[in-house]
Amino acid sequence: MAIALETKGLVKRFGGLQATDNVSFQLQQGARHALIGPNGAGKTTFINLLTGVIKPTAGQILLEGQDITGLRPELRVQRGLARTFQINQLFPAMTPLETIGLAVSERTGGGRDWWRVTGSKRDIIDDIVDIAQRFRLTDVLDERTSNLPYGKQRLLEIAVAFACRPRVLLLDEPAAGVPEAERHELLATVAALPRDVSVLLIEHDMDLVFSFADRISVLVNGALFTEGTVEEVSTDPRVRAVYLGESVDE
Amino acid sequence: MSTNIADHVRTSLVRKGRWGIGEILFWLIAAATLFLLPERHLILNEIAIIGLFALSLDLILGYAGIVSLGHAAFFGLGAYAAGILAKHGFADPLLGLLIAAIAAAILGFVTSFLVLRGSDLTKLMVTLGVALVLGEIANQASWLTGGADGLQGVSMGPVVGLFEFDIFGTTAYAYSLVVTFLLFIVARRIVVSPYGLSLRSIRDNPLRARAVGIPVNRRLVAVYTLSAAYAGVAGALLAQTTQFVSLDVLAFHRSADVMLVLVIGGVGYLYGGLIGAIIFKVLQDVISAWTPQYWQFWIGLILVIIVLAGRERLTERVRTLWKGVAGRTAKSPEPLPKTSVREI
Amino acid sequence: MLTILFDGIAYGMLLFVLACGLAVTLGLMNFVNLAHGAFAMAGGYVTAVLMNRSGVPFLATLPLAFIVPAILGLVLERTLYKQLYTRSHLDQVLFSIGLVFMAVAAVDYSFGSQQQLIQLPTWLQGRIDVLGVQIGLYRSFIIVICGALVVALQLILTRTRFGSRLRAAVDDPRVARGLGINVSLIFATTFAFGSGLAGLGGALGAEILGLDPTFPLKFMIYFLIVVTVGGTTTITGPFLASLLLGIADVAGKYYVPSVGAFVIYTLMIVVLVLRPQGLFERAR
Ligand SMILES: Nc1ncnc2c1ncn2[C@@H]1O[C@H](COP(=O)(O)OP(=O)(O)O)[C@@H](O)[C@H]1O
Ligand SMILES: [Mg+2]
Repeated sequence: MAIALETKGLVKRFGGLQATDNVSFQLQQGARHALIGPNGAGKTTFINLLTGVIKPTAGQILLEGQDITGLRPELRVQRGLARTFQINQLFPAMTPLETIGLAVSERTGGGRDWWRVTGSKRDIIDDIVDIAQRFRLTDVLDERTSNLPYGKQRLLEIAVAFACRPRVLLLDEPAAGVPEAERHELLATVAALPRDVSVLLIEHDMDLVFSFADRISVLVNGALFTEGTVEEVSTDPRVRAVYLGESVDE
Repeated sequence: MSTNIADHVRTSLVRKGRWGIGEILFWLIAAATLFLLPERHLILNEIAIIGLFALSLDLILGYAGIVSLGHAAFFGLGAYAAGILAKHGFADPLLGLLIAAIAAAILGFVTSFLVLRGSDLTKLMVTLGVALVLGEIANQASWLTGGADGLQGVSMGPVVGLFEFDIFGTTAYAYSLVVTFLLFIVARRIVVSPYGLSLRSIRDNPLRARAVGIPVNRRLVAVYTLSAAYAGVAGALLAQTTQFVSLDVLAFHRSADVMLVLVIGGVGYLYGGLIGAIIFKVLQDVISAWTPQYWQFWIGLILVIIVLAGRERLTERVRTLWKGVAGRTAKSPEPLPKTSVREI
Repeated sequence: MLTILFDGIAYGMLLFVLACGLAVTLGLMNFVNLAHGAFAMAGGYVTAVLMNRSGVPFLATLPLAFIVPAILGLVLERTLYKQLYTRSHLDQVLFSIGLVFMAVAAVDYSFGSQQQLIQLPTWLQGRIDVLGVQIGLYRSFIIVICGALVVALQLILTRTRFGSRLRAAVDDPRVARGLGINVSLIFATTFAFGSGLAGLGGALGAEILGLDPTFPLKFMIYFLIVVTVGGTTTITGPFLASLLLGIADVAGKYYVPSVGAFVIYTLMIVVLVLRPQGLFERAR
């Protein structure tokens, strides 16, 4: 199987802190891959490195075999790598419609278009509708984003990333902080992501991880601790010791 | 079902591009003042120019979130460009506008790379610095600019070869108003385009804007350049209609005044600059009739009061009023979220 | 040559004393206080007015040039500035420009728009020749005083309890609050102290920098350069930036008078291009 995303010996130091410690990692094409690890293990840092928000101290990042280590964040997106954020990064004053429309316009090259009124192209509209339906946002399309319930905001967070039509999607704790009642809706949309998108999921909710992922990597203190199938990782006593043990207690 | 939504999506996106009744009225009234207030044309001309200048600031401040302490640099450059051109025999006003716009745009383009490099603080320093450098150049190159005495002997030809400037300022006002209106239409079109949407997204959250694939820096360079060109045109209008340019066009108080103008009218919906210009000029008239000397003190006081009273809230009120009149949704900007990479 | 270096150092040290308060308020509260120069002007006018109208000797005015702006700063911080810490930079900029304009107009109204001249005591006038280098007495005096202040500041920051709390608050106000540090008190104290230092700088600098109602506007760019080039996380950053700026400005105006005014801007641009995060700031 082809490799969608790969890192080789990736290192990130913040001063004295080794937040990413020589991580060599592969995400297969079409994978449902979970990355787990205790708080502060360096998961978000890893995503920030992959997407170019921060620069690695050492190592390489390959997207579909091509080196993207020095590429600017927006160019990585244009090459098919999108992400969500652990803490919502939305546009508070814009509506979900505008937010999704923005991402769709950008993808189709419309962002340089300064004379056409937004929304005057048929295929863009269809795309927006498709995404709004997929992420169950049709009823709140014209609300101000800052007024949306938290669960809807989390959905929008994924919807924007998805609107970039990525081939690799990185989800940073999509269900974090979502109240139980709104959780189901969110998980359903994550489960229904199309299979041709390779997904790397960071999550603390073990039920979600086990039901969603076919492979799991465990990150501890910035380094890859182990990797395997759901079966292997969930029965690995060392993983229980460093991670599951803690999270069960939480 | 899905076609219903599609219709809804389209109308709700396209609606922003439509002109509301209030807007049409606004411009009709502006046009009417040409005939109804003949004895006020000189001050109305100033209002149109300041309004255009503030509009140019709104493009970068309201739509891209760039705080500038030196927007007068572009205004002044435009004024000198147009003035010097006219002085040397190129008396056609439109040619002057074009050259002024180009000169200011080039300056904006070049300096944008410095402005966009750093934090808010760096932006303040660079914008202020650019204006000061220009002021110093204009001061020292007196063979070209007239230095501290100002640029004398600017004489303009008729607008489009037909309308001579008159002492009542009627041609001047009509000319400035038309230019402002045309540039306003362009700006208005831009802010509802996908490009304009991307600017707003950068202002609200540059981190996420990058994450949806927006080349943030390039967009900002573009809008900074455009805004500079607008400011240059405003400066050129002043030079042409008053037929005089002094160092004052580059002074710090110009940059501060235009911020005040924009803030009075409200940031981020384009009409703020125009409405602000009206209020500002009226205030200036009233206050200087009452105590001519310490106008600066009152400007300062107004700024302090506006901020303490909650600029956001005041703006919201103006905008709601406007929304009532204009009959369409005007979106309000949020204060910039202060997230650092660490908090992602 | 050495004379110019010497003058430049004196000038730079003055700039540091003037601007360090701003660096601290920026670093501590992330507050862009463009009105910082107004406090410096206040100090300058305290000295000028006391000397010229009441005949108080120069040295005796200096403590007041510190205290009056400090109190002014304290009052304004507690009443107005405090409310704006959480606001956007635009609001802070507008507010502080407003204050500057009011200060400029108020001083103009009260004392007129002319330069305030101060008569230095005779023992500070003139130059002496040390190993062939012309050394201005007043500039030596400034270097000694400012140098002592720099050392004292550094000691306060590194050795005292207050200093360690201040550093903790600069590093991360939320954590500092969690540790039971009264951040608001620290804000007020540093703001007042910074304003006082600016006032002292204004008084000491009246002779060299000039003093008139437009002082806060004229020196705004210098302060901004010091804090952006020097950064706000240390004291040494702004200090070195001030020295650099002082020397460059003096040397530029001496050697190439016609373009001397542009030297500092060139410096600013070079630094920005090479080190956008500031000359002395660690890259994160
Ligand atoms: N920008 C940064 N500067 C300094 N330290 C950071 C930064 N971002 C993350 N860290 C540190 O790196 C470590 C890993 O953080 P993070 O990647 O957020 O962990 P996780 O997402 O696994 O909880 C933490 O100790 C965090 O404090
Ligand atoms: Mg995380």
